[in-house]
Amino acid sequence: MADGQRYYLLRHREVPDIDQIAVYEAHEGYSALRRALKEFTPQAVVDLVKASGLRGRGGAGFPTGMKWGFLPNDGRPRYLVVNSDEAEPGTFKDRELIEHNPHQLIEGMVISAYAIGSHEAYIYCRGEFLHGAEQLRRAIREAYARGYLGENILDSGYSLDIHLYRGAGAYICGEESALLESLEGKRGQPRLKPPFPAVAGLYGQPTIVNNVETIANVPMLILHGAEWYRSMGTEKSPGLKIMSVSGHVRRPGNYEVPLATPLRTLIETYAGGVEPGQLKAIIPGGSSVPLLTPDQIDTPLDYESMMAAGTMLGSGGCIVMNDRTCMVAAAARLVKFYRVESCGKCTPCREGTYWMANVLERLEAGAGTDRDLELLLDLADNIGGKCLCPLGDASLGFMVSAIRHFRDEFEAHVREHGCPLGANRYDTVNH
Amino acid sequence: MKPHWQTWAEELKQEFPRAHSALLPLLHRIQTEEGWLSPETLADVATLLDLPVTTVESVASFYTLFYKRPVGRRVIHVCVGLPCALKGADALMHRLEAHLGIRQGQTTPDGAVSLFEAECLAACDLAPVAQVNLRYRGPVPPEAFEALLKEDE
Repeated sequence: MADGQRYYLLRHREVPDIDQIAVYEAHEGYSALRRALKEFTPQAVVDLVKASGLRGRGGAGFPTGMKWGFLPNDGRPRYLVVNSDEAEPGTFKDRELIEHNPHQLIEGMVISAYAIGSHEAYIYCRGEFLHGAEQLRRAIREAYARGYLGENILDSGYSLDIHLYRGAGAYICGEESALLESLEGKRGQPRLKPPFPAVAGLYGQPTIVNNVETIANVPMLILHGAEWYRSMGTEKSPGLKIMSVSGHVRRPGNYEVPLATPLRTLIETYAGGVEPGQLKAIIPGGSSVPLLTPDQIDTPLDYESMMAAGTMLGSGGCIVMNDRTCMVAAAARLVKFYRVESCGKCTPCREGTYWMANVLERLEAGAGTDRDLELLLDLADNIGGKCLCPLGDASLGFMVSAIRHFRDEFEAHVREHGCPLGANRYDTVNH
Repeated sequence: MKPHWQTWAEELKQEFPRAHSALLPLLHRIQTEEGWLSPETLADVATLLDLPVTTVESVASFYTLFYKRPVGRRVIHVCVGLPCALKGADALMHRLEAHLGIRQGQTTPDGAVSLFEAECLAACDLAPVAQVNLRYRGPVPPEAFEALLKEDE
């Protein structure tokens, strides 16, 4: 990483073996928990998180403290569920966090569960994260042995159990209501909302679902305070964000940046610039968001600037594409992802992603017709906003923006009966 | 049904407020031992958790990592998501298919290797990336495909 870069969430890069509890403790580990239990009431922790302006890092960017505030005060048991079902193409930050610093997440969970008055918490870890799950399982065991979990934590009178739950291969389980269905041992299909999980979540009880990175922020909020957090980023997007950079860059990887850092700094300084070739398009926030073009590379990486630029910060998965990348092929590949991952519950998403993928593949193969572009946009129109969960909408962002910015390229595929970029022909295996 | 499955089922039922939650973890444990989930196994799981067989089948069929057919001793998942595709994932898959003489989704006749497409393994920094029995391997350039057929050093 570039000189002068400071690590917070990615501190394991400076501290070898911080996944071991003794090393974690030797580097201020669990001191935030001690302080929270001793000096903060649960409400004071909620107020701190609200004051920090921390927003959900899973993709939606919803203010975390506000979400916690939605829990009804009706005496029912409450659950905290951490979403570690990271599977959005371009996003790989939670994997690094759980594999390399699992105690940071566990400490954040205990503090967060204390804040919302939960005595039972879950980590839903995607099935493919076998190593991550092993790291978490070991860390949970160590935390119990040291008295950071279980009955009467650090003599505070507060008790918490954490369960690790492994998914089994389904992107949709990253959607919070589908995740809860899966956690109940069912097919991971989204629920109709409202009611939202804060009112009726896991087993019908009030539940907060937060992303790994979101919860991993909580210990440092306790240690350094809301003001410190707000000293980075903007008023509406305070603090730090891990950006995952992939695709055609010299140094793909995770980079922790203050929000509002220019996209150019991320790509050119941290990720070492575009290689090979010249920049053509950037997906800044995971596969579900519209693309940005090279003239937008100075857009600040914060929620409101990305919105103003016509896209979203999303999960922070930044996919960089060079000038040899065919936009039709890229759209076909992304839409195919949503076609495979659609749970099938809502017809517009199940059928729409199927037909969009078909049309895009035939365009790329040179068998498209003059009507195909309008057909794609019409299909998109019939999916957007018409499903129970955001997966259908997510399948549209890149494709619709690619048609808008690179219409010529789509039309050339029809006119020339094939991909004008030849070199990068779409030659995927059967699906 | 193996006798210790009963013990596992009881343990897992105790762990969660509702026994139904034990279904995914029990399927994981049994598959780790058996290699796959046969119709008979699914019926056993239904008995152990007191669920309808159709429920167990329905859940097992929803998740890609629950194998409803026998798989090879070495299960290779090649990520074909966009970031990996930009780095040659398709060529990697083609090389493996040609070398093994199977298409993705199939198992070699000797039962040694199964080859699957994966939709984003959340390791785009390692593109093109693959998993061998759920352990990450990457980056694996197409010409280095044979690394996926060897033990990890």
